Amino acid sequence: MNRAVEETNRRMLRARDAMDRDYAEPLDVPALAQIAHVSPRHFIRVFRATFGETPHRYLQRRRVERAMFLLRSCDRSVTEICMEVGFTSLGTFSRTFREIVGESPSDYRRRGPLPEVPTCFAMAWMRPRG
Amino acid sequence: MFTSINISQIYVLDQDEALDFYVGKLGLEVNTDADLGFMRWLTVQVPGRPDRAILLEKPGPPRLDEATADQVRELLTKGAMGGSLFFTTDDCRKTYETLLAKGVEFTDELTERDYGTDCGLRDPFGNSIRFTQLSSAG
Repeated sequence: MNRAVEETNRRMLRARDAMDRDYAEPLDVPALAQIAHVSPRHFIRVFRATFGETPHRYLQRRRVERAMFLLRSCDRSVTEICMEVGFTSLGTFSRTFREIVGESPSDYRRRGPLPEVPTCFAMAWMRPRG
Repeated sequence: MFTSINISQIYVLDQDEALDFYVGKLGLEVNTDADLGFMRWLTVQVPGRPDRAILLEKPGPPRLDEATADQVRELLTKGAMGGSLFFTTDDCRKTYETLLAKGVEFTDELTERDYGTDCGLRDPFGNSIRFTQLSSAG
């Protein structure tokens, strides 16, 4: 029983890692389910049971986190950053960003540059709640 | 007061599988593999660096009761135990390509960062491993 849980956890983690790595790609449920070696039907439910949120929400918050990082560490435009992190529409990006972060991308950028820490820790800790 | 880090610890689900991965694939060396009766003391090191060993510990009794060990294994496989190893390398691209050729799956592909070039992967159990070639400025 426990072995089965561990195996499932590890597979879900593999799919979550794929979102952390390939967040800029158009990832969909069938592709992620394949990475996790489960059926698309089960994937959303099992992922949520494992990590407490749906894969869609996880990916959305990962993309917003990467956008937050870029806004404060480079001077590319908001539109460029929006596309770079995997959003395909500036409208959706701005709305999602504001909903999750509580302020607009431009306002967030005004907070100024971020201190340097290893990217893996920044990605793990700075992905916003929501 | 202190002079160095001598031994660090991470949890693994299976010590033989850990040896296959850490020594067989990543190319670390066994520092000590000793049956203490109550536990298998298994440490590995970067080749030629016995001063910094990593203990590959299997969670279980008598140190942890079975129920607690189950919780540790569950967190480990969710990537939530926090086990991390950061290795430095002189040539991150070569490290990446060598490991890729051995069939290692990367979670972070080779990337240029402010502090240097790095890539990352997970061990078979859920710990995160990172290889970094620090830039001279970093």
